[in-house]
Amino acid sequence: MTVETPERAGINVPDREGLYASMFRMRRFEERAYELFLQNHIHGTMHLGLGQEAVAAGVAAALRPDDYSLGTYRGHNHIIARGAPLDRVMAELFGRATGLCKGKGGSMHLTSVDHGAYGSYAIVGAHLPIACGIAWSSKVRGTDQVTVCFFGDGATNIGAFHEALNLAVVWRLPVVFVCENNLYMEFTPIGSVTAVVHPAGDRAPAYSLPSVVVDGNDVEAVYGATAPAVAAARAGEGPALLEMLTYRYSGHSRTDPGAYRPAGELDQWKERDPIAAFRRRLTETRADMDRLERMEADVEREVAEAVESSLNAPQPDPDDLLTDVFASNETRWRT
Amino acid sequence: MAHLTFREAIAAGIAQEMERDETVMLLGEDVAAGGGVFKATQGLLDRFGPGRVWDTPISEQAIVGAAMGGAMTGLRPVAEIMFSDFLATCWDGIANQIAKMRYMTGGQVSLPLVIRCANGGGVHFGAQHSQSAENWPMAIPGLKVVAPSTPADAKGLLAASIRDDDPVVFFEHKWLYGSEGEVPEGDHITPLGQAQVLRSGGDVTLLGLGWTALLAMQAAERLAEEQQMQAEVIDLRCLVPLDACTVLESVERTGRLVTVEENPRPLGWGAEVVSIVMEEGFDWLDAPARRVTTPSVPLPAAPLLEDLARPSVDDIIETALSLIS
Ligand SMILES: Cc1ncc(C[n+]2csc(CCOP(=O)(O)OP(=O)(O)O)c2C)c(N)n1
Ligand SMILES: [Mg+2]
Repeated sequence: MTVETPERAGINVPDREGLYASMFRMRRFEERAYELFLQNHIHGTMHLGLGQEAVAAGVAAALRPDDYSLGTYRGHNHIIARGAPLDRVMAELFGRATGLCKGKGGSMHLTSVDHGAYGSYAIVGAHLPIACGIAWSSKVRGTDQVTVCFFGDGATNIGAFHEALNLAVVWRLPVVFVCENNLYMEFTPIGSVTAVVHPAGDRAPAYSLPSVVVDGNDVEAVYGATAPAVAAARAGEGPALLEMLTYRYSGHSRTDPGAYRPAGELDQWKERDPIAAFRRRLTETRADMDRLERMEADVEREVAEAVESSLNAPQPDPDDLLTDVFASNETRWRT
Repeated sequence: MAHLTFREAIAAGIAQEMERDETVMLLGEDVAAGGGVFKATQGLLDRFGPGRVWDTPISEQAIVGAAMGGAMTGLRPVAEIMFSDFLATCWDGIANQIAKMRYMTGGQVSLPLVIRCANGGGVHFGAQHSQSAENWPMAIPGLKVVAPSTPADAKGLLAASIRDDDPVVFFEHKWLYGSEGEVPEGDHITPLGQAQVLRSGGDVTLLGLGWTALLAMQAAERLAEEQQMQAEVIDLRCLVPLDACTVLESVERTGRLVTVEENPRPLGWGAEVVSIVMEEGFDWLDAPARRVTTPSVPLPAAPLLEDLARPSVDDIIETALSLIS
């Protein structure tokens, strides 16, 4: 296991402004979504990835459109990074008929097969074996598609994580496991319940799985670590694991104030905000600044439109309650 | 017709589908070179090669997850979970992931997969290798549940399950693996959701599934010989889709119903069938519908105790006679 820095990665990042736009879209989407949640337009629950945007953006930038990705209940970033339209993601949070999943999934279950995003999973760690299955499918079908699986640090202590890592290596699957280590599993610091320092990175060697620990707040470092792992998987060289060190600004979900965090910790991480830091790196001249500001204005407009269209979107058709249980759309389980 | 054992019929059903569709994959513990611990996948590795028949580690969550991921992206996996008891080790994958994915995604994905497992008691293995677990998936919307009683159905229902676009949990009764019967050669499919009337009769309907359908047949023969009572025997074949129509039509004629389940009594599938009959066929009943089940205990290993726990021909006869006082 090595700790990767952008310099060490030495990778040429092709579309730096695209990476910035991707992160900015996630940030503004989630900030607006949370406001709407507090205003009771969005019901249920919500897990925000504010502060973690560099991971989803940097990883997704290393993928082809036909690659597969799987995310978690903290998954708005994961699906937006793959290019899912904001209005359909927002409408899903609103529980409207125009949502990605017709309102049947909600915030924790976002899927957009058209964008290669094969689900957001709310049972911690459950999707790592499923990611293996998708990678297995590419392998036996003889395509060179790669599967990426995002999961939290907490997921590394569940059995499915270990079964999946072993199977991925034994079957030499084209899968890249991406751990978003945000230091907490719900309200408990991950270090206090984990036998090793790097919950994912330190486990990988036990399965002969190549692994790297990455500064997950540096989008170029994320891209730099992901691109070679994806390329190796695509070339049939097998799986890899990336542990991204990052931090969530919000509480675990909904109204959790995150009071269990030591004083000053949040502020320290905010000083290393992935979006602000990258913006500074991108804006050496006035012209750079102007371009970014135009881009930001475009995103603001897109988010505003997503909100507007979701507020006006139709409610689900009551008849749809019973559809999509079985393939035939046969709603009855009996004759 | 070919004369096959139940286990050979299972392999024949898988082979038939692997032959016609190259996306059908077999995976599980010891299923390849080992031919499966119940020898129900023997010969498939030789015939289809390691690119189609995959040995896995002892990782039930990984097996079920692999089947699910494969199914969502173009494969038709047939996964073996050695004993149905072990479904509990991968129940999240089945109940929370596989069963719900189509619905949660608003129909964006299909899950054409089969999870096969050896089910039921009678082999004195004790409580962790003897359960009848068919009720478990029946309680989860989104899963189909199938359990054949004969070699012909083992092939036909398994082939239909593989061809089906929905996830199927397929229960093979351990006691049946060695049973023999005539099995149609060539393409053989038994549609899901169609119960089979094994014996006609006008006095009482005996309803079984898998092994208990055969037990009900034995009881019917003795009822005819010893009591001049003509029982109609129905093999349910599937719990989902449940062929309630065939049961209701029979009860309309016989006026009496006995369900025969091997699972423990609380919330067994017989309770669901009886509640349907109470709601939709009450006026036809001449006596209360009654259930033969295993008592609510873990299955013991001692042959004497296990035999006592599982439904017997005598239990069925006694229950049927109690309906005509
Ligand atoms: C199997 C399981 N156990 C517990 C939970 C409840 N739970 C939801 S999120 C969470 C914390 C997960 O932490 P981590 O994997 O680090 O992800 P993060 O929330 O930090 O993104 C827990 C315990 C769950 N959803 N699934
Ligand atoms: Mg965490």
